[in-house]
Amino acid sequence: MPVSDFQPVIGLEVHAQLLTQSKIFCGCSTAFGAEPNRNTCPVCLGMPGVLPVLNQRVAEFAVRTGLALECTIRPTSVWSRKNYFYPDLPKGYQITQFDQPICEHGRLVIDTPQGEKSIRILRIHMEEDAGKSVHDAGGGQSLVDLNRAGVPLLEIVSQPDLRDADEAVEYLKAMRDVLVYLGVNDGNLEEGSFRCDANVSVMPKGSTTFGQRCELKNLNSFRFLKQAIEYEIARQVDVIESGGKVVQETRLWDVNKGVTRSMRSKEEAHDYRYFPEPDLPPLHVSAEAIDAAAKALPELPRAKLQRFTRQYGLPAYDARILTAERPLADYFEACAGHYKDYKKLSNWFLGELMRLLKEEGTPLSALRFTPAQLGELLGAVDQGMVSANAGKDVLGEMFRTGKAPSDIIAEKGLAQVSDTGAIEAVVDDILAKNAGEIEKYRAGKKQVFGFFVGQVMRAMKGKGNPALVNELLKKKLGD
Amino acid sequence: MALTLEQVRHVATLARLSLTPEEEQRFTTQLSAVLDAVEQLQSLDVEAVEPTSHATLTSSRLREDVTRPSLPPEKSLANAPAKSDTSFAVPKIIE
Amino acid sequence: MQLTDLTMLELAAKLAAGEASSEEATRASLARIQQVDPKVRAFLRVDEAGALAAARASDARRKSGSPASALDGVPLGLKDIFLTEGVETTAGSRILEGFVPPYDATVVRLLKEAGLPLVGKLNMDEFAMGSSNESSAFFPSHNPWDVARTPGGSSGGSAAAVAAREVFGALGTDTGGSIRQPAALTNTVGLKPTYGRVSRFGVIAFASSLDQPGPMTRTVADAAALLQVIARPDAQDATSADAPVPDYSADLEAGVRGLKLGVPREYFTEGMDPEVEAAVREALREYERLGATLVDVSLPHTKYALATYYLIAPAEASSNLARYDGVRFGLRAKDARSLRDVYALTREQGFGAEVKRRIMLGTFALSSGYYDAHYLRAQKVRTLIREDFTRAFQQVDALLSPTSPVPAFKLGEKVEDPLSMYLMDIYTLPCNLAGLPGLSVPCGFTKAGLPVGLQILGRPFDEAGLLRIARAYEREHDFFHRSAPL
Ligand SMILES: [Mg+2]
Ligand SMILES: [Zn+2]
Repeated sequence: MPVSDFQPVIGLEVHAQLLTQSKIFCGCSTAFGAEPNRNTCPVCLGMPGVLPVLNQRVAEFAVRTGLALECTIRPTSVWSRKNYFYPDLPKGYQITQFDQPICEHGRLVIDTPQGEKSIRILRIHMEEDAGKSVHDAGGGQSLVDLNRAGVPLLEIVSQPDLRDADEAVEYLKAMRDVLVYLGVNDGNLEEGSFRCDANVSVMPKGSTTFGQRCELKNLNSFRFLKQAIEYEIARQVDVIESGGKVVQETRLWDVNKGVTRSMRSKEEAHDYRYFPEPDLPPLHVSAEAIDAAAKALPELPRAKLQRFTRQYGLPAYDARILTAERPLADYFEACAGHYKDYKKLSNWFLGELMRLLKEEGTPLSALRFTPAQLGELLGAVDQGMVSANAGKDVLGEMFRTGKAPSDIIAEKGLAQVSDTGAIEAVVDDILAKNAGEIEKYRAGKKQVFGFFVGQVMRAMKGKGNPALVNELLKKKLGD
Repeated sequence: MALTLEQVRHVATLARLSLTPEEEQRFTTQLSAVLDAVEQLQSLDVEAVEPTSHATLTSSRLREDVTRPSLPPEKSLANAPAKSDTSFAVPKIIE
Repeated sequence: MQLTDLTMLELAAKLAAGEASSEEATRASLARIQQVDPKVRAFLRVDEAGALAAARASDARRKSGSPASALDGVPLGLKDIFLTEGVETTAGSRILEGFVPPYDATVVRLLKEAGLPLVGKLNMDEFAMGSSNESSAFFPSHNPWDVARTPGGSSGGSAAAVAAREVFGALGTDTGGSIRQPAALTNTVGLKPTYGRVSRFGVIAFASSLDQPGPMTRTVADAAALLQVIARPDAQDATSADAPVPDYSADLEAGVRGLKLGVPREYFTEGMDPEVEAAVREALREYERLGATLVDVSLPHTKYALATYYLIAPAEASSNLARYDGVRFGLRAKDARSLRDVYALTREQGFGAEVKRRIMLGTFALSSGYYDAHYLRAQKVRTLIREDFTRAFQQVDALLSPTSPVPAFKLGEKVEDPLSMYLMDIYTLPCNLAGLPGLSVPCGFTKAGLPVGLQILGRPFDEAGLLRIARAYEREHDFFHRSAPL
């Protein structure tokens, strides 16, 4: 059977580092990039005698995320210990949640070529991150840095509802957008603060029994996620086609070779011996707290996108870009309060504004002009006070200096000439100098019209009102 | 219940204890005796009983999300059997 | 009469009156240690410099009229399970030999803030696993009443040091009887507070849902005063209780008239030493004479407590002791070449037989395929045991029983038979499973001169009630005045 006769089945486990100041169970900073073990204390070093105390913001973030993903929030959730030995796991166990996680039974809607699809969320739980080991540090040694040990994570586990690599990528992007919107995660795959493992299996089309699955790790970009899943699907189909059996295992995406490979060292029987963490009483979340969190929930990316198309009459393409990040969407809405041609506003956003932001590497929060000033500029363009092209220059100047558009137009003499007499004089002058071209035009070579427009505009240093220039030229040429 | 030598070895592996053959034998006997003694729990009907995992059921004490000073690395590593700069050192981890 | 013969409160009164200095008391304590500890072997480490510095600071405070607490200047010993910043802490284990903590346990901080000089670290069963002190990786402590015998365990060093008057009082920890049983075996008072009453932060964990630190003293009043210093909600211990802390000395002399005291049938069964039973029954009659009513009660699941305990405690311990892995602190096996060796050889060489046995048992009880039948079932039976107590306390104010079924036994007598050693805790460990407070108070001696202890169990957070009941009995006897024949 070819690959097309198989149905892939995919589920994703996302680990999202929470944007807290301090670690989950101690007061050490979560800041990235410090000297090894600079952000450690007896608690996160797993010293004798230490005890964990939960950072309340971790629970708040978990509830917020659970609500955004339409989960049920458990009024009482339970902490467990996951026991295993590894040098970057200081206590010899990870404090996590096991059979009674804080959130369950949610969903996330994604777009597929067949339309909307709802991916079920099995569970969301809180846990502590491990440290980092540098495996080959020379001298036959590995080095252990526990700065990351105890950084709070949310683990978000989907049901195996994804059916191909593109859906998986779509899901992961949508998940990232939601978490970033909620302000709980920075969405950074490359730095590992937003991580993903994929469980992949294949079964013959039409079958209802899932095949044996493999867990893929090291998927630190959307591209790798897609490549790894596609590779793994093909590999599993190959194994089955050649009469073999897929074995359940953990496989690592090898970026250089573009293959997944078995992590044999992890294959030895794991028995995590989960049991309730006696040092942490169960976590109670009151109905009032859940209500309050629900009320404080921001509009989520998908809802915002739909509203942008509806409220501002924007094409889905525009709305998607404008709502991809909350600050941009918020800024668009602020400008929309000052300028009512929303499609035109969107064009300026998608074109000039985003180009400037990208080129200058400026965050939106550092913009030096107000939404009202942007509205004023676009109004001036509409009224022919300044040409569209000159408007772009004005915007660039506003971007750099924060000056008012009217001041820039005045200072730079960019005001458009809409005085019919002045334009007529220039038109007459140009026509007088180009009798030959007039001949050609009258003989039917209509593209010469553009030549005249160009000449007039050049003579006016681009400040002639294009509509008036056209109108006068046509009149004089006798059209 | 009687533990087998195999089970004892498996448990020792999970617990990262490198038992001597003599210890393996002794623990097989002693742990079997303890497990026999705890067998009596099987006679109780606990179907409808909630487990107790915490001695007090007070609500969890939480902390605010504020940073507190960490230890200086030289203190964090003061008791380390082996270190390199400010990292703990172990024999090379083989993946 | 030597200074060291004073109780904590007697010494505190002298310090307050300016009739003695803390430095004198501390030097007396250090001299007494030098004199008798070669026989008792209670101390793993004496911190002479630290104790004297604290004593002088205390004297300065007293002189300037601003003592830090009522007990300011009273020298104390600590079980070596409490982390002391800058002072080696081993929990009686080779695996922590040379470990110098970078922080103080909360209770150590509280004692320091209250001005008590800390004389040294006291011997214990390794990681508090044992009932005789013989599982200490270093040496066993001896009972001052008969040095051929155990002072009990696991806080045996603490009990021995207090009984031998090497220190005025000590802190111990109690997971299944480790404060009360050694107190009973040494003619001292030991109080295990309600779970959560005293912070566990900085106390090396044995079984987290059972462990609780508490005072070990010569008198009930001393226990009340010492508990007053350490009973405090702690922001660093999520299981510490917010319940208000009463004045533990206020009702100490209020007597027992009108109280209903339960006598649990299941705590007076075969296996008990006849002399222990006789002493305890005499104590019961005494309470009746003092105006209390004795009530026969039943705690039907008592017979399951030992099995329950020996699944739950080792399970938690197997996880708590995973951090001793040779990576960040403590021992690393010299011959460890691979990461696997760092773990397996370090732990093999660093842990003693009893600790390994419990790690093995606990690992097994939690392992895949056995969890439900062992660990989970034990937790359910734990609920039944708690409910027994809840019912009993609807009828009575407190429960009375022997603390230990036997008086101090000979060192070496039970080492090879773990099960018979585990039986030492049958009357003490149900209280830990239920999280209740329990106290052992001296109630006489056997013909051979070995101390016997009476156990009093109470409702959650009723330490004051236990102290008052214990004091009513103590007042009628001179047991605490007797000194061990050293
Ligand atoms: Mg996890
Ligand atoms: Zn920390």
